[in-house]
Amino acid sequence: MHPAPSIIAFTTLSGLGFGLFFWLGIGMPGSTGMVAFVFFAIAYALAGGGLIASAFHLGHPERGLLAFTQWRSSWLSREAVLAVATLAVMGLYAIGRIFLGTAWVPLGWLGAALAQGTVLATAMIYAQMKTVPRWRSPLTPALFLSLSLGGGALLAGQVTWALILLALAGAVQLAWWWQGDRAFAASGTTMASATGLGAAGQIRAFEPPHTGPNYLLREMVHVIGRKHARKLRIMAFGLGYVLPVVLLLIPFSHVMGALAVISHVAGILAARWLFFAEAEHVVGLYYGKR
Amino acid sequence: MTSLPTHTQRKLGLVFDLDTCVGCHACVVSCKGWNTENYGAPLSDQDPYGAEPSGTFLNRVHSYEVQPTDGAAQLVHFPKSCLHCDNAPCVTVCPTGASYKRQEDGIVLVNEDACIGCGLCAWACPYGAREMDMAAKVMKKCTLCVDRIYNENLPEVDRVPACVRTCPSNARHFGDLADPGSAVSQLVAARGGMDLMPEQGTAPVNKYLPPRIKDRLDGADQIDILAPFLAPVTDQPKGFLGWLDKALEKL
Repeated sequence: MHPAPSIIAFTTLSGLGFGLFFWLGIGMPGSTGMVAFVFFAIAYALAGGGLIASAFHLGHPERGLLAFTQWRSSWLSREAVLAVATLAVMGLYAIGRIFLGTAWVPLGWLGAALAQGTVLATAMIYAQMKTVPRWRSPLTPALFLSLSLGGGALLAGQVTWALILLALAGAVQLAWWWQGDRAFAASGTTMASATGLGAAGQIRAFEPPHTGPNYLLREMVHVIGRKHARKLRIMAFGLGYVLPVVLLLIPFSHVMGALAVISHVAGILAARWLFFAEAEHVVGLYYGKR
Repeated sequence: MTSLPTHTQRKLGLVFDLDTCVGCHACVVSCKGWNTENYGAPLSDQDPYGAEPSGTFLNRVHSYEVQPTDGAAQLVHFPKSCLHCDNAPCVTVCPTGASYKRQEDGIVLVNEDACIGCGLCAWACPYGAREMDMAAKVMKKCTLCVDRIYNENLPEVDRVPACVRTCPSNARHFGDLADPGSAVSQLVAARGGMDLMPEQGTAPVNKYLPPRIKDRLDGADQIDILAPFLAPVTDQPKGFLGWLDKALEKL
C-alpha cells in the first residue's frame, strides 16, 4: 500500500494523543490548573492535529460531515464519531480540571473509554481489510491499542506503566511482524484464484492493461523501499521500543523523558511507514506483482 | 445506506467468455467513451499526450500466459470490471453512504455528490474495480451502464452496457444472473462459469467462462488410424545426412 505521509502522521500522532487522553481521563496524572492545561493542550494538539492531517488525504474534505452518518456499518465512520465524542467529552472534563480544580470522575472515565474506542476503530479500518492479509489479524488492534496506551503513559509521565506497556507493545509488534510475513501465503489468494486459470497451468502476467501506471498501482502496489524493510524494522524497534524503555530505566529526569518521547515517536513513525509500505494488496496479483 | 441489502430481486451482471476474448480492448474504449460523457463525473486522463499518461478506466483488459504441464503455452485475455458482488466489501466500508448496492437489480453504484474521496472502498475491493478520478477527486466504478440499460430513448438493441454492445468477438454477455432461465445463467451452467477469488467471500455476480485448451502442437490427442501401418522402418538418416551422422560419430 502507498505510505501516504498524511495517514502515517495521523495514525501515529492521534494514537499518542488518544493514549494521553486515556491516562488524563483516569486521573493519572490527576494534576489541575496550569499543569493540567499543558497536558490537555498536548493531547489536543496530537489528536486534533492528527485528525486535521487525515483530512488532507480526502478528495472532498468539505463533505466531511457526511462521514459521521454511517457508524452502523463503517469503521471509518465510527472512528470519526468516536474521535469527535472523545474531544468533546475530554473538553468538558478538562474545564473542570484546569479552571475549577475538580475532576469529574465519571466524565473522565467516559472520555478514557471513548479515546481507546477511537484507537480501536482506527485499527479496525485496517484489520477489516481482507484484501490486505498482513493487516487482517486481531494483532492489528492489539498493536494499535498497546502502542496508544504505552505511548500515552510515556507522555503522561506514568513511568512504571510506560515500561510495562511499551514492553508489551514491543512484543505485540514482533508477533505482528512475524504473522504478517506469513499472512499473504496463508490467505490462499494467488494468481490462480484471482484469474481462475490455475487448473489450466502455470500463470504469468503477460501484458498489463495499459502501458502506463494507474491509480490502482500507485495506491495499492507500492514496492519501493521494501528492500530496506529489515534495516527499517531494526531501527523502528530500537527507537520505538528499546531506547525509550532503557531511558526510562535510568533515574527519571525530564530530559530523559523528553528523549524517550522523541525516540518513541521517531520509531513508531518508521514502523507505521512499514505498516503501509510492506502491506501487499491482493489486487497486485492481477498485475503479476505483490 | 451503506449496509448491503439482504437480497436483491435481480442480479444484473456480466459473463466473460475467456475462450473468445481476443484482447482488442474495444470494450475499454467504448466504456471510457460512454461513461466519460454520461453518468457522473468524466473519466479524466492525466498527462495524456506526455511521457507518463495515466487515466481513469472502469474496465481494463489484462493478458496472461498459461503454461500447462504438457502442451503449448496459451495466451488468455482477461477483461475485468466491477463484479457487482452480492457481499460487496466496498459498500460497507464507506463512511458517508455514497457507495450502495441497489435492491432492485443488484448494481453497485457511487453517489458522487456524497463521496469524500477517502479511497477506502478501493482498498476494500480485491479486484481493483474502483479507481479514484484524479480530476474530480471522487471514486469511479462500473455502473453496468445504468444509464443505457433502462434508457427508453435508445433502440432496444443498445440497451446493454457499452462494453457488451461493442464487443466484436461476443466475449461479453449481459443479463440477470438470479434468473436460472436467462441466457447468461444457462451459459454459466453449460460452460462451468467461475468466480474470481472465491476465498475472499465477496460472492461476485459477474462470472468468467474458462478458456478451452487449444494449440496442441504435438497433436498428442489426435487419433490416426493409419499410424500403426506407417510406423517408421528406420531411424537412420540417409544420403548426405546419413554421411554426416557417420562422420560425426567417428570424430
